[in-house]
Amino acid sequence: MSLLSVENLQIRFRTGDGLVHAVNDVSFDIAEGQKLALVGESGSGKSQIALAIMGLLAKNAEVAGKVRFDGRDLLSLPASQLNALRAAQIALIFQDPMSSLNPYMTIERQLGEVVELHEGASRAEARKRALEVMEAVRIPDARNRLRAYPHEFSGGMRQRIVIAMALICRPRLILADEPTTALDVTVQAQIMALLDEIQRDLGTAVLLITHDLGVVAGFCDDTMVLYGGRVMEAAPTPAIFDAPGHPYTRGLLRAVPRITDGDVTLSAIPGSPPNQTAAPRACPFAPRCVDAIPACHEMLPDFREGRACIRPVEELT
Amino acid sequence: MFNYTLRRLLTVIPTLLVLIVFSFYLMRLAPGGPFTSEKPLPPAVMQNVLERYGMDQPLYVQLWTYIKNIVFHFDFGPSFAQKDRTVNDVIAQGFPVTLTYGFWSAVFVLVLGIPLGIVAALRHNSIWDYTMTGLAIFSQIFPNFVLAPILVLLFTLSWGLLPGGGWNGGQWEYIVMPAIALGTSYMAGVARLTRGSMLEVLNAPFILTARAKGLPERVIIWRHALKPALLPTLTYMGPVFVYMITGSVFIDVFFSTGGIGQDFIDGAYSRDYSMLLGLAILYSLLTFALNLMLDLLYAWIDPKVRSSL
Ligand SMILES: Nc1ncnc2c1ncn2[C@@H]1O[C@H](COP(=O)(O)OP(=O)(O)OP(=O)(O)O)[C@@H](O)[C@H]1O
Ligand code: SF4
Ligand SMILES: [Mg+2]
Repeated sequence: MSLLSVENLQIRFRTGDGLVHAVNDVSFDIAEGQKLALVGESGSGKSQIALAIMGLLAKNAEVAGKVRFDGRDLLSLPASQLNALRAAQIALIFQDPMSSLNPYMTIERQLGEVVELHEGASRAEARKRALEVMEAVRIPDARNRLRAYPHEFSGGMRQRIVIAMALICRPRLILADEPTTALDVTVQAQIMALLDEIQRDLGTAVLLITHDLGVVAGFCDDTMVLYGGRVMEAAPTPAIFDAPGHPYTRGLLRAVPRITDGDVTLSAIPGSPPNQTAAPRACPFAPRCVDAIPACHEMLPDFREGRACIRPVEELT
Repeated sequence: MFNYTLRRLLTVIPTLLVLIVFSFYLMRLAPGGPFTSEKPLPPAVMQNVLERYGMDQPLYVQLWTYIKNIVFHFDFGPSFAQKDRTVNDVIAQGFPVTLTYGFWSAVFVLVLGIPLGIVAALRHNSIWDYTMTGLAIFSQIFPNFVLAPILVLLFTLSWGLLPGGGWNGGQWEYIVMPAIALGTSYMAGVARLTRGSMLEVLNAPFILTARAKGLPERVIIWRHALKPALLPTLTYMGPVFVYMITGSVFIDVFFSTGGIGQDFIDGAYSRDYSMLLGLAILYSLLTFALNLMLDLLYAWIDPKVRSSL
């Protein structure tokens, strides 16, 4: 049985301009210890999927579908039971380490309160655990920095602290929402290496959210490509890179900077993300797709054999 | 922090000196003086009076004597208008009154305003929120000179519950209405400010982090949101606090409480130079002390401010 199973997840937001269909009919499974990447450009609904799993969607959200964790349906779980799972079994790492830590509390307290809450640890025990995770994510001079505040750390160090916070109760699933996007390139690589190492040590399952296929390559077993809140393609990561089966994935791969003979080529996909205020009736990617045929504008492709495209792979450019 | 406090304390002295010199000359630029009246005094009598108050001396000598007396004897001189009373006497009598009702007024403002603001924020867009915001706007446009007569009309004239004025050594019945009349509009201001900043803080990413930790709502509010939500209120309360404990002219006149607000007015009308200067010094000392206190409080709450001290 899979650890997390998402079935036909649909997330819509009530707004002044009508319903925004942010996530449509998304299904996937994550097994114990599995690493799944969720890839898509900005606005494709990645963060909302993570928030829905945590039960942290905004108040104007309407959710439908099933999110099962360890057999329990998270969407219908009462608040107190959901709170007991949060951080203890499912942890969330946010995109921006600059704003996701509380600027008015010491690092020690922010780490410690998690163990106090979920394991009934004493202050002293919590401090010990905080120190342990700080050392595990390799904060230099951790012992003396326990009493420091977030603003006293660099961005990379803060993201290490955020990761430490996610680890402290040894959760079974970590949702990492663009954990490196806000950091500069060298630091990005360090953070990904750290996540990889920790994942190996603890055997935690990871849902890695990113818009950067380059980040996914070395890290995730499987990759799911999202467009307009809809799954376009899902496959083992090597297959995605070697034999992408969907025009959108192919476009994304062309957008990854590649160094060939010393030349960096970067081709972004022309066009802009779809308008999501109406329920989709056609392939959402059709207006930007180089392979589109008239039928693409008239029907919604089913998700079959790992891809949602009406044209056979052989016919794609 | 200690060094910072010390540095701040040391800046009082030059600031006060500048204030004294400046006000000393400025007041004398205003037309009239403490002893001008409609029927001019006979020159001999006038000369006598001026001598008695040292006003026959050149201005800089008067200033020097004034400062010397403050430094060595903590003596702010005789009142020029109230016969046989010194400025020290007047302040010693009026200031405790003002301080008392000002203090209770501030307590009223904070103890009611902050919880109201928080409740409105937590029940955002509910009937509670709308009622509270409506009431706050309503009472914020109610200045104390409208509110005071209404209070007296109700509590004194209609229901006979509270005395309509006087002080009587500061018994609580005499404090209630001045404190409420003085504080209500600020209480409303604090409630609205607290509501707004609490709403903003609750939208901050670090609150989402706290939720993702599984903390119950109560802990999120108290441990994570309260401190930052109170920062704007603190800033707002600084000048309000000074205003409250230095007295409102209107409250003193309307309720005949006998605080220093009354003395300020009397002093201004009668060109009571020493009285006005003494009150100005008191005012600036209080402003200074309260600002220092608030800055330290700010530093206590905000580690970024603390590390910059
Ligand atoms: N509270 C809300 N009300 C209305 N629309 C919302 C709300 N929250 C999110 N959305 C919309 O949902 C869509 C998906 O948002 P989401 O945050 O999941 O994007 P994302 O894939 O994480 O993008 P990014 O890479 O920029 O983080 C967006 O179009 C966004 O505008
Ligand atoms: S269904 Fe048509 S438009 Fe959509 S991705 Fe396939 S080819 Fe392109
Ligand atoms: Mg996002």
